[in-house]
Formats: sequence, C-alpha cells, structure tokens
Amino acid sequence: MTGTMQMVLRSRSLVLGAALSLVFFGAAVVSFLWVPYDVTLMGIANKIKPPSAAHWLGTDQFGRDILSMIMVGARTSIAVAVLAVGIGMGFGVPLGLWAAARRGSLLDELIMRGNDLVFAFPALLIAVMITAILGPSATNAIIAIGVFNIPVFARLSRSGALSLWQRDFILAARVAGKGSARISWEHILPNILNLLIVQGTIQFSLGILAEAGLSYVGLGAQPPVPSWGRMLAESQTFITFAPHMALFPGFAILLTVLGLNLMGDGLRDLLDPKLRRGRE
Amino acid sequence: MSLLEIQNLSLSIGTYEILHRVSLSVAPGEILGVIGESGSGKSMTAFATMQLLPEGARCEGRIALDGQEMLELPEAQLCALRGSAVGMVFQEPMTALNPLQTIGDQVAETIRIHQKTSRRQALLLAQEALERVELPADRFPLSRYPHELSGGQRQRVVIAMAIALRPKLLIADEPTTALDVTTQAQILALLTRLVREDGMGLLMISHDLAVVADMADRIAIMQNGRVVEEGPARTLFHTMQHPYSKALLAASAHAPVMTPQEEGAPLLEVRDVHRRYPMARKTLFGPRQEFHAVKGVSLTLKAGESLGLVGESGCGKSTLTRAILGLEQVQGGEIRLGGQPVFTGDKPNPAVRRRMQVVFQDPYGSFNPRHRVGRLVTEPFHLSENPPTGAAREAAIAEALEAVGLKASDKSKYIHEFSGGQRQRIAIARALITKPELILLDEAVSALDVQVRAQILDLLADLSGRFGLSYLFISHDLSVVRSITDRVLVMQAGEIVEEGPTEQVLERPTHPYTKKLVAAAPRLPEGVL
Amino acid sequence: MLRFLLTRLTSLVLSLVVASAVIFAVIEVLPGDPAAVMLGVNAQEDTLAALREELGLTEAPVMRYFHWVTGLLQGDFGVSYSYRIPVAEMISDRLQVSLPLALFALVLTVVIAIPVGIWAASRRGSAVDLGVMGVTQLGVAVPNFWFAMLMVLVFAVNLRWFSAGGFAGWDEGILPALKSLTLPAIALALPQASILARVMRSALLDTLGEDFVRTARAKGLTRRQALWRHAFRNALIPVLTIIGLQFSFLLAGGIIIENVFYLPGLGRLIFQAISARDLVVVESVVMLLVFAVIVVNFLVEVAYALIDPRLRSAR
Repeated sequence: MTGTMQMVLRSRSLVLGAALSLVFFGAAVVSFLWVPYDVTLMGIANKIKPPSAAHWLGTDQFGRDILSMIMVGARTSIAVAVLAVGIGMGFGVPLGLWAAARRGSLLDELIMRGNDLVFAFPALLIAVMITAILGPSATNAIIAIGVFNIPVFARLSRSGALSLWQRDFILAARVAGKGSARISWEHILPNILNLLIVQGTIQFSLGILAEAGLSYVGLGAQPPVPSWGRMLAESQTFITFAPHMALFPGFAILLTVLGLNLMGDGLRDLLDPKLRRGRE
Repeated sequence: MSLLEIQNLSLSIGTYEILHRVSLSVAPGEILGVIGESGSGKSMTAFATMQLLPEGARCEGRIALDGQEMLELPEAQLCALRGSAVGMVFQEPMTALNPLQTIGDQVAETIRIHQKTSRRQALLLAQEALERVELPADRFPLSRYPHELSGGQRQRVVIAMAIALRPKLLIADEPTTALDVTTQAQILALLTRLVREDGMGLLMISHDLAVVADMADRIAIMQNGRVVEEGPARTLFHTMQHPYSKALLAASAHAPVMTPQEEGAPLLEVRDVHRRYPMARKTLFGPRQEFHAVKGVSLTLKAGESLGLVGESGCGKSTLTRAILGLEQVQGGEIRLGGQPVFTGDKPNPAVRRRMQVVFQDPYGSFNPRHRVGRLVTEPFHLSENPPTGAAREAAIAEALEAVGLKASDKSKYIHEFSGGQRQRIAIARALITKPELILLDEAVSALDVQVRAQILDLLADLSGRFGLSYLFISHDLSVVRSITDRVLVMQAGEIVEEGPTEQVLERPTHPYTKKLVAAAPRLPEGVL
Repeated sequence: MLRFLLTRLTSLVLSLVVASAVIFAVIEVLPGDPAAVMLGVNAQEDTLAALREELGLTEAPVMRYFHWVTGLLQGDFGVSYSYRIPVAEMISDRLQVSLPLALFALVLTVVIAIPVGIWAASRRGSAVDLGVMGVTQLGVAVPNFWFAMLMVLVFAVNLRWFSAGGFAGWDEGILPALKSLTLPAIALALPQASILARVMRSALLDTLGEDFVRTARAKGLTRRQALWRHAFRNALIPVLTIIGLQFSFLLAGGIIIENVFYLPGLGRLIFQAISARDLVVVESVVMLLVFAVIVVNFLVEVAYALIDPRLRSAR
C-alpha cells in the first residue's frame, strides 16, 4: 500500500492535476455553505470594479462579486459534466460490452454504425436541435454532451472488451459454463475499469469545456444560474475597459480542465501496466 | 582468425546486470548455437553484437566483428556495418516487416541504404535475394505485401533482407520459435544452406537444444547472463560438466513415468463431427464462403487413457477442442462423454461439462488478474448444481492446491505473485476442483521452459495415477506427446489422417503427412543420455 | 480497391439517409406541431393553420420527409419563414465565410501539429519534448472562445493589427478576407493543434517501438531514416482518424467562434434562426453540417486505404 502511495506521489502530473481539480471541487462544495457575497444581490453602485481587498476578483456589470460567481458557477460546470459523463458511461459501456460479447453479429454492426452516426452530430449541433424545439436550458447541455459521450464510451469498452475476449481466462470462464452477460460483468468490466476511469476524467474535462461553450452562446444554463461560459459572454462588451471580468472566469475554466487532464494522464501512467513497466 | 570475437562482455541496464563476462566466437562458415532459457541473456548478446540496445544499456568488454571494434565505433559506422557486414533475423516474423511496404521494396532497401544503385537495379538484386530464400518471383512477385504471406514466407523475406548483401555474419534470434514444425525444418535447412554456400558465420540463438543440436558446429549454453558450457556440437553432450547444462539436457529428454491404468469403457466419443465457419464475402453480393475447419472427425478415448492429438496450426485441433468442451455448436455428428451428449438440443449440458476440464497454453493469460487464487480455482463450481460453501469450499481449494504442489495458503494471493510454472499448476488445480474424469491439455506445457515443462509433465503423470484421470493432450510438439500419451491421433486440414499407439505412430508412421511431421521434428542425437 | 470504394460509398449513402431521417424526426415530428413551436404559445388558430398549409404540414410525415430529401438533392432547402427568402441562398452566402474558416483552421492545425509532434517524439524525454507536452497540455485546456476574446483584446484593441470583428468579404480581394479570418482560425486551431500534436507524438512513439522499426535498424538505417521511412507512415493511421474527427469539431466550433468575431457565417445564421424559431433554417443548416462531417469521414476512410494495403485487399 505504501508502494502505491509512493508511486502516486512520484507522478507529478497526477499530484498537480488532483490538487487543481480539488480546488475547484472544493470551491463548488463550499459555495453551498458560504460565498463571500450573495450572487443574487445586485448593486449598481458597485458595478465593474477592478479587484480589490473587498472584492478579490472584482465585480461585474451588475455589481456582483466575481469570486462568488465563479464559486457558484463551478457547481453548474461540475453538475453538467458529471451528469453528461454519467449518461455517456451509463449507456455507452453496456452497449460496448454487449457489442463485444456478440462480436461480428448484426447487433454488433448496428451498435457500431449507430455510434458512427452519433459522431456525425457534434455536441453543439445536438444542443442546437434540442434548443430549437424546447428552448435553451442546462438540461439541454447535459443531454447534448451526454449523447455525444455515449459512442466514446461504447467504442472504448468494445475495443477493450474485444481484446479481453481473446484471452484464455475468458475461455476458462466459458468452460465453467458462464454466460456472456455474467462474463462481461465479472471478468470484462473489472479489467476495463482503468480505461474507463482515465477516459471518464478526459470526458469530464471536455464536458466542462463544452458546457462553457454552450453557455457562452446561450444554449446552456439560463440566468440567474451563474455559469462560467455566460460570465464570459457578458464580459465581452466590457473587455476593453474591464478585462478582469473576462480573465478570471476564463482562468477558472482553463485551470479546472488542465487539472482534470493532468490527473487523467497521471492516472493512465499509474494504471497502465504497460507504461509502468516501460518506466521501471 | 575468428569472424566474431566477443570477449568478457558485460552488459547492464541501470544497476541490473544482464550479461556477465560473456566470451564467444564465430569463425567464417561456422554455426554457433547459443542455448538458454528465458532470461539467460542470449537475445541480449545478439543485440549487443548489433549494437542495437535499449536506451541506458552499458557494455563493457570487447566485441570484434571482422576486425572492427564494435564498442568503439561511432553510430554512423555501425549503421554502415549493419545490414552489410552483419545481418539479423528475428523471432516474430508476423511483426518484423513493415505492413505498408511491398516485400520487394523492403528487401531492396537493404541494398539501397548501403550501395549507390538505382531503384530498378536494387529491385533486381532484391529479386535475386528472394530467389535465394526460395521465394521465386513468378509465385511471389516483388509487389506482394507482408499480409499476403504466411509466417514462414515472411520469415524468408526477413532472411532475404538480412543476406541480400551477403554479410559475413548472420545472427538469428529464435528464428523458428513462432513457426510450425515443418516450416521450422524448412527455415533451418535454408539457413544451413546459406551458411554453407556463402561461407557466412551464423550465430543461432534458441531455447531448444534439439533445434541447435541438429545444425550447429559448436554450442554455447547460457544461464543468468553467463556462458556455462561451450564446445563442439558433436561431443558436447557427452563431455558437458556444468550441473546446469546437465539439468537442461536431462529436462529436454525427460520422460515422465506414467502409472499404467486399467483401460475401461469408452469415456469420450466423438462421432463424425463437422464444424464450418462462415467467411467474409469475397464479392459484394456473392454467396458467403464457408471454411470447413473440422471434416468428419471421429475418435474414442477410453477411461484411464492418455490420448494425444497432434497437428500444426490451422489443422482444426483447437476448433475440435472447443467443440468437445461444448463451447461451440457442431454442424454435424455427435460428442458424448460417458455416454451422454455434450449438447442437449442446442444447449450445452452442464452435468456433462462438469466431468471434463481444460488447461490452456498461456500461463499468463489464463487467469483474471483481479481475482485471488481461491476465487480463480473455484470458478468451475459454477457448473455444479449445489457447489460447496463455507468450510467444504475451503477444503476443496486446499485439496486442489496441495494436489498440484502448492500451499493451501496460496489461495489468498493474486496471480501476478506466481511464476509461469506455478501458474500452470494453479490452472491444473482449477481443472481438478470439480473432480473431473477427463482433462483436456491444450498445449499446456508449450509455453514453459524445458525444466519447468519436465516438472509439469511429472505432475500430470502423478495426478493421472492418483485421481484416475484421463487426458486428451493437444499439442504441436511431438516430443511432449511422445513422453506422456499412450495413443496418438494425427490431424491435418480438419481430418484425422493417422492414429495408433504413440510409439508405433512416431517410430513407423505410415501416412505421408505423419512421416513429414516426424522427419521435421528436431531430435536430440541418439544416445546422449 | 474498387470493392472497398463501393462498400464505403454504400455506407456513406446509408449514413446520410439515417442522419437526415434523425434530423427530420427531431425537428419536425418529435415536437408534435412545428407550426406551434414557430409561432409560440399565443398564436391564433387561423395563423397556425395558414402556416401549416405553407409548410406542407398537412401531409403525412413520411411524405414530408420524402419531399424534403428530394428537395435537398435538387438544392432546394425550402423558404425561410422569418426572412421569406430561399434558405439555399442564405446558406450559400454564409458558407463563403464558414467553410474557408474551417479549412483555414484545419490547415493551421495540421501544419503546426504534425511537425511539432514528430519533433517531440524524435527527441523523447528532452527539454523540447517536455516543452511541447507542457504547451499542448495548456492548449488543450484553453476554451477557444476565451482565447479568441483575449486575442481580440491584444491584437485588435491594443496593437490594432487586426480588426476586432466582422468580415471584409471576398469582393475586396483574397488578402483582406483572409486577414479577417486569421484570428478566428488561430483561435479554432489552437486546441485542435495541441490535441493533434500529442496524438502524432504518441502514435510515432508507439510505432517506433514496433518490431519492423528494429528490423529496419538491423538493415543499417539510422534512427532518423527508420523514423521517416517506416515509423511515420504507420503512425499516420491514428493521426488521420483524429484529423477526420477534428474537422467536425472545427465546423461546429466555428459556430461559437463566429459569435466572438461577429462573422456572418452559418453560426450566426443558426442563432438568428433559433431566436426567430425558424425551424426550416435550423433544419437545413444542421443537415448541411452533418453532411459535411459524414463526407469528411468517408474521405478519411479512403485515405486509410491509400496508406494501408491491408484495407485495400480486405472487405
């Protein structure tokens, strides 16, 4: 156990990534209990103030505290990304495992072609279509990003499962009379979990980026729910004389995504025995 | 004067010493066989000679190739030597060629990298080289891609690349390990012919004493990065001194003692079994072609018998094995165990399946790395209607592990804590746990080093006597089958072509294919033990 | 090769049919009454009926789909409800901005990423490699529209090298038009180039570890020769996959970036259409973008086959 811990600590990108991610997760959690200023409180007298002792990151055009907005906005980003990854994994992994268990069959072909088809619809287009019908909301963003995540996880778990299905221990399980559903659950899934965790981290960070993009063009979370993307959209008008309004939410996105990506890379190095052996 | 002179070569990566004061020499026209088990450093010696070492490797000592000090030459001069003065052939022909280039271009590259010739000229020379390795241009045009060739043919292309410029020294690192026995014999004959024709030196690396004994002029035996024994091939087996060499030789020729059992009623009956696979369509709307993997095979295995099933890759023996285990439906015929069909209707019959178990080839791929040994060996209990629980289950695990020479406490370990031989023991324990009558051994000792293989064969012989087991021993390796089976079946292209008592079939084969197979199998010289 | 092309073409057509059916179903069938969506909740029954008549909603959905698709095949995208002009005309105007922008960004991505990836891989573990990995890690994490805003601040507002937005048009000559697309293209290309450089590097490192590269070294090729003659072409296969995917991200990402720079492209069009609830336009633009993505994926598959002889002969 101490060996594992040492390896975790030796991986600089994992430590740095985990630390950065933790800051923003922490900010989101803390924001439920306490924020420096109430984000629903507007004060025209205080509008567009540069960073100061009272407002560390300054205020926006309605006089709201940007630090508080970023903390509450982290909630939106994280919630959307978590749910989107959940949708992607929840549908994609079973589909991928199912396709792999019936490899070469019509079902496999259908699932994989279906995946290709979804890849032809970037998340943004899905969001555009949903919004055109139902009007904009954070739910749209979640569905759009989540749907786009499904083929990512389906492909990954299918290819991981396919190589495992060739292994003798699966044959041994079949000799023991186990069916493909049971084998997928008992033998395949635990052995592709590493892949899924790493990809999950990456999709999580992509989800945060996508949510920011959708909110920026007004297809994501709607006012008054604060979100990083919309803070950037609103700051654009004032960017020449109040750049702090654009800088800090941008940094929040950048650092969160960076942290998650670093963590993903670090986890991959740590969990992939092939890479680990290469380093020793 | 020697062509290759390795003196006191030590090699380490980091603090780990891989070679320790290795000295070897090869004269022009001489074949030096280097023997060793995995981890003996034999391949690293080859790569050190080419100076193609992994990053961070440090060499000490001397490697002189045709008077050139390899350890002192700059990289540019090493490149000039590689491929022209020394060529190399590798173990894995399936991946040794660039999949995106034609074989003609790949052979011609050896020429063009060292000589200023036009592409046309180089291709002509490449064609000549391919003809020397018996790939004539009318049947194997230069425009072929590697994926259009078999493993043996690819290995010939690799050899053609290595000898295109008629190097003085050829290094062959396990060149036939990945090939079938008849293909192996052809490649070995080809290498020997090229050496004799060109007066080239050959450094031949192998784990198989018999392969090297057939063709080498001198033999060196390596263990743990050291040369422990060296001498002329003709006399070495009689004069060897080092305990390791003696143990290796004994293990190579080892024959386990089987307790003769009374042969009982037919246990496994296979009647006229057919297995066909649909293949990918050749034309867009044409009919699907079928591949007939097993064409009407019949066999009977009596209780207490040890039956061998021999054949080369693609002969259908794996398909037949899977059909017997009830993993694949057959398209014709019937498989019965103890009089009961393996399939009832189209569902496999668990009551029958329980009575037979299987041990696979690969000790590393046979176990789920995330489960503990106790869970791994009890997996076959899934076939039982009421598997033992609690103390009875623990007792069954302990009994199975102890039967194969492991400790009951090993049940709480993970599989990566065991060596290859120990894992194969665990695989046998897993097979034993349901107290089967029949165990299928699918190349079960093929991936093991000779000494471990001898131990596992002894264990199998012992278990068959103790538990009254019958074995169906599926293998490509005649020497293994010879040592442990009473009767043998020879399979070729989906059919059984010859069957009979093992001794008789292997000593006096009657079918031409069996004759070819027996002739191709490398054997240790007579009377070495 | 012919058989390969035929099967790929068949699946290209099938994909287009299924994709168009999905778009049609989501926009025209799922909401129940598209006319109600377009006119909002307070619409009068007679205006609704008039719109239904105009849009041909009185027909069965299957027939409407059939008319829509046959119209598309003849270049007839229908008439915009809010602007009262043919959608095809609107799209072709906007395409003159969006398509060059996506292509410009794609070229930038490839031209930057491939050499950088190779450079890093060939000096694995060196300061160059570490630097490239660090910079690309940042590049992947930057939201491109934020990066675009910062570039506007620096290069347009402060340095005044570029205009802050708008499109010069192609009538004034190629250079002014390209100049107004430069900042948007850079913003689009930065994250994609970072991704592609990392893919190129790791694909090359993977192939450099293959047996055939060792074979090439044993033939006497230098490290550099083995990299260029053997590893590079084999590494291109995963790189092509990513380039194909990236094109769709560039097209879609363009929708956002066009907003930052006030470019009159498809992105602007789609948002105007959404706020005007002009479903005819939304449907057409989405179909067009999906069509582009599917065709690009087809081209990538053909490129695979050109590189890899195994694909040409199989299937």
